[in-house]
Amino acid sequence: MDTLAAFRAETRAWLIDHCPDAMRTPQPEDERVWGGRNGVFKHPDSQRWLTQMVARGWTVPTWPVAYGGGGLNKEEAIILDEEMTRLQCRIPLFGFGISMLGPVMLKYGTEAQKQRFLPPIARGEMRWCQGYSEPNAGSDLANLQTRAVDDGDDHFVVTGQKIWTSYANHADWIFCLVRTDTTTKQGGISFLLFDMTSPGVETRPITLLSGASVFCETFFDQVRVPKENLVGKLNEGWTIAKELLQHERGMISQIGRAVGGTVPSVERVAQHYLGDEQGRIRDPALRDAIAQHVMNDRAFALTIRRANEASAAGAGAGGASSMFKFYGTEQNKRKFELILKCAGSQGLGWEGDEFTPEELQICRSWLRSKGNSIEGGTSEIQLNVIAKRVLGLPD
Amino acid sequence: MSMLPNEEQLLLKRSAHEFFSAKSPVQALRTLRDGPDPVGFDRALWREMAELGWAGILIPETYGGVDFGYKGLGQILEEAGRTLAASPFLSNVLLAGPLILAAGSTSQKQTLLPAIAGGELLIALALEETGRHAPSHIRTRAAATSQGYVLNGRKIFVLDGHIADQFIVVARSVDGAGALGGISCFLVPADAPGVVRKRTPMVDGRNAATLELVEVSVDETSRLGPLGNMAALLELTLDGARVGLAAEMLGTGLEAFERTLRYLKLRTQFGVLIGSFQALKHRAALMYCELELTTSAVLEALTALDEKRDDVPHLASLAKAKACEMLELVTSEAVQLHGGIGMTDAEEIGFFLKRARVAQQTLGDATFHRDRYAHLMGF
Repeated sequence: MDTLAAFRAETRAWLIDHCPDAMRTPQPEDERVWGGRNGVFKHPDSQRWLTQMVARGWTVPTWPVAYGGGGLNKEEAIILDEEMTRLQCRIPLFGFGISMLGPVMLKYGTEAQKQRFLPPIARGEMRWCQGYSEPNAGSDLANLQTRAVDDGDDHFVVTGQKIWTSYANHADWIFCLVRTDTTTKQGGISFLLFDMTSPGVETRPITLLSGASVFCETFFDQVRVPKENLVGKLNEGWTIAKELLQHERGMISQIGRAVGGTVPSVERVAQHYLGDEQGRIRDPALRDAIAQHVMNDRAFALTIRRANEASAAGAGAGGASSMFKFYGTEQNKRKFELILKCAGSQGLGWEGDEFTPEELQICRSWLRSKGNSIEGGTSEIQLNVIAKRVLGLPD
Repeated sequence: MSMLPNEEQLLLKRSAHEFFSAKSPVQALRTLRDGPDPVGFDRALWREMAELGWAGILIPETYGGVDFGYKGLGQILEEAGRTLAASPFLSNVLLAGPLILAAGSTSQKQTLLPAIAGGELLIALALEETGRHAPSHIRTRAAATSQGYVLNGRKIFVLDGHIADQFIVVARSVDGAGALGGISCFLVPADAPGVVRKRTPMVDGRNAATLELVEVSVDETSRLGPLGNMAALLELTLDGARVGLAAEMLGTGLEAFERTLRYLKLRTQFGVLIGSFQALKHRAALMYCELELTTSAVLEALTALDEKRDDVPHLASLAKAKACEMLELVTSEAVQLHGGIGMTDAEEIGFFLKRARVAQQTLGDATFHRDRYAHLMGF
């Protein structure tokens, strides 16, 4: 316990010393740092903050030091997260390389692949996108048809189409599920990495309900990919794909409690529109619904903490990521529905001066939240996974 | 402190599991119910639990207890909840004991606590006056006299009140002091003149009583804690009991859920196991989520009690509200998913439904605690 307490004190002191004041404020979504060749630092201090954290290995706290990580154990990583939350430090770097590819690369990558890809991810120099879903492979992901054909020499030739590829138009590289055997379903999938500037790659952003275009259609026309970019064995990509999905679900489930979100808490919104002089919400039915929501948020946060504590103590949490993905995203959708109810017509404005920027953001975020329970495996798929893996219900 | 139970606490949980499965399975509750049994629980079994130190688990060693804390107690209660074991845990270990410990004089503590820890003395808290939990709705009067006080009023849903040796009567001793002002507590022997109690058999097979107090005289030494100023200590005690009850309800929910899951894996219709139907799988998965959330809320609340933290009221309301929501869902679904057999008295799943609703109403249901939580959070 003493060493952990010392680590906490040391971490807190370091964060206070090294985190610029401007980086200890809520982070608007458009000030997030994603890195990569075309990366931008909208806030000037965010670059300074990233440099500090990279030097410490804390953009990827649990990765080994040799690959640019901080070498922290789970308990230390929890403490770092808690201290950053407490001090309101912004997350210095976002990216699917960090949250999704890195963890499976550490497990399945060759030493050469780890050396080549992990350090630039940790430094924010290489931005990744995820080539998973296809027009006919959504919930039934293993039905994917994008082909990678052996050219008989040292390359695969990739042809096909992906969809819902988040930020494909900004990404440097893609981790992509491809079919290398058409005679079996799951057993014919491989996990391939390639450069998005390769000839034959084309991305088209998709406009969503919220008006934003974070997702793309991504087309591959005879893209040549070196065989050394295959992760794991040929036709054994499904195992990696599923494991990566668990990391993705873990990430999406925390969507509602992201540090410094720009939308205020549901009770603050309610007090703003419906509170009396003492801050009590005047509408009793809404007040009850909001209390229930806030309490579920607290119980959910405690459940994540309990899973982390159990995992640090060595107990496995099988199926936990599905529960977190399901509950966290449904909870986030409920949050926005409640916020809309509190704001009334003021929360439904599309544009114009008659609405505050916060009100316009509420509307767009509400629409965006509808995707949370679809992307990364729908809520229905998560419930299937819980029923099968955790509860042992028959097929 | 970690919210996870430590080795010692887990060991206690395992022995409690073995104890209740062997000595107080659901069948034991059926036997008590079909009695007729004048007590409503097994006195010999309660003495055994006291010998294990369970009746004195929250009482310091100075007063004959083992002082093992709320999280340890929570482990026992979760296991008791699994078999619906009837016992005076709630009335004595969670309510009367802690209230006497918090508010009693040295002499009251020396006299009463060792007897509670030994399982020899039963004291029931006479609090409620309305069907819904309302600890500030106290109309029972305590008028000061030259010798002490005279109590007049009517109490309902006094847990284990039909066999209690004494009551702690919550009464209002001062007028016009707001909802929480003027609340006092008095120790009243069950055989005091003017005390009339009636057993009220409840749907869960356990018992409570109504209590009529007509011109009941008690002397100054019967007063428990400061006159007219017991609201805060009472609330603190109620919070501990709410968390303990939530732990028991968690056990009840887990058991009802596991029994239902087993049934889904056994019952065949249309030539397949009904557990293979997606509609039922999803309902089971939803229950699982609610059980996980409740588990976390209960463990954190137990931890906060042992650490005497400031957020005990918040977490007590969180734990009890989640336990109520979860148990209403799980027990209703349990009966539905058992189909027709779930509606019969022969099948035990109905016992879980019945116990659930009484536990939900005890010490505040989900609506009560959502209101309280909103109040505590300032909205």
